[in-house]
Amino acid sequence: MTSPSVVVLDYGFGNVRSAVRALERVGAEVELTADPHAAAEADGLVVPGVGAFASVMTGLRAVRGDQIIDRRLAGGRPVLGICVGMQVMFGAGEEHGVHTEGLGEWPGVVDRLDAPVVPHMGWATVSPAEGSVLFDGVEDEYFYFVHSYAARSFPPLGGGRLTPPSVTWATHGGPFVAAVENGPLAATQFHPEKSGDAGAHLLTNWVRSLKER
Amino acid sequence: MAVAVRVIPCLDVDAGRVVKGVNFADLRDAGDPVELARRYDAEGADEITFLDVSASSGDRQTTYDVVGRTAEEVFVPLTVGGGVRSTEDVDRLLRAGADKVGVNTAAIARPDLVQEIAQRFGSQVLVLSVDARRVVDGPPTPSGYEVTTHGGRQGTGIDAVTWARQAVELGAGEVLLNSMDADGTTAGFDLEMLAAVREVVAVPLIASGGAGTPEHFVAAARAGADALLAASVFHFGVMTVADVKQHLRDAGIPVR
Repeated sequence: MTSPSVVVLDYGFGNVRSAVRALERVGAEVELTADPHAAAEADGLVVPGVGAFASVMTGLRAVRGDQIIDRRLAGGRPVLGICVGMQVMFGAGEEHGVHTEGLGEWPGVVDRLDAPVVPHMGWATVSPAEGSVLFDGVEDEYFYFVHSYAARSFPPLGGGRLTPPSVTWATHGGPFVAAVENGPLAATQFHPEKSGDAGAHLLTNWVRSLKER
Repeated sequence: MAVAVRVIPCLDVDAGRVVKGVNFADLRDAGDPVELARRYDAEGADEITFLDVSASSGDRQTTYDVVGRTAEEVFVPLTVGGGVRSTEDVDRLLRAGADKVGVNTAAIARPDLVQEIAQRFGSQVLVLSVDARRVVDGPPTPSGYEVTTHGGRQGTGIDAVTWARQAVELGAGEVLLNSMDADGTTAGFDLEMLAAVREVVAVPLIASGGAGTPEHFVAAARAGADALLAASVFHFGVMTVADVKQHLRDAGIPVR
């Protein structure tokens, strides 16, 4: 069997080198590019992201990442968002009083965590969604988070979709969305590429699922 | 589901080599930062910190290579500090593979640097490193602690607690508080200073300086540290990262 091909979307944000290496480590054939054709054709697309919601959206739009993601999802082709790359999948972000439209794949708003210590920085466990593919075998492990903002609720999706999204939660001050699995679209608030062996296991689960589609 | 207290080994790197002797019989090259980082990762380090003590810019270039090679092999967060003077330095380190960057002296000289870095890259990449000591001579500061430079040899008269608070207001996402009084003593972290800074900053706080026994790490976590950094006790094999984490776990403190 040939290795699943993965494109890590290169739009000037995120510690892309780590993401590339972590995916190679789990057996994917990885290309770092913003080329729309390559991003459309790969078995999987990874959308990394660090920093501010607004600047990540600007960066994404600059390489037409929004269209690339939309088209892939419309065709049922897998996409994995990481950290702010997950946050932009929601309807909007509120940072420093600035409201920024997201990609709107899911309803809801990303806003500031309400906890005594912010950023939420370090290793934490999650409550995996029942039947989660991503967390299969690493249900009780720690993952590395670093973020000040999060989706603190997950409103129900309209439109009578057949399969509701599987939402994995974590807690910092209150509950927030740690990961979502929603058909071809998956995302994690934490950094699997920085989460040691547990993160590698999760990425293996995702990469393996690419070939099963 | 509370966030785990992090244990962080720190490596001093000069021209791409680890300085301050490291003593592991089973390492092929104990002077290679990549090999050491790999070793600490395997022991359960939650993060690795490199402190670049290179004097020349040519030697710093070597550090970028080391950061890159480490990031290719070690899949836990990597923080690099030492000699960071501009947003360009931060950019270079992040591109090389660092996840976070420590700023120290340059931010004291020009606090706006903190804001510039936070605005361009986000607070989460910016660790404010503070080398502080109790004021012994010179005019007292409000907290009794002052910021030092030159490895603790020069006092600045700047109040250390106030500086930490100001830097966080300017955008620092984390504070690394290094006690120059405790550093090298192995008599324990400066818990009073830690508690004083904990009072005024709502970002993660890393305790550094003075670790000698696993109990010292427990005491610092109880004093409010989110992360515990040490160098020589790990390098000389006095204890392993795993030993420290076991002690923390036994004390009821969450660790990975």
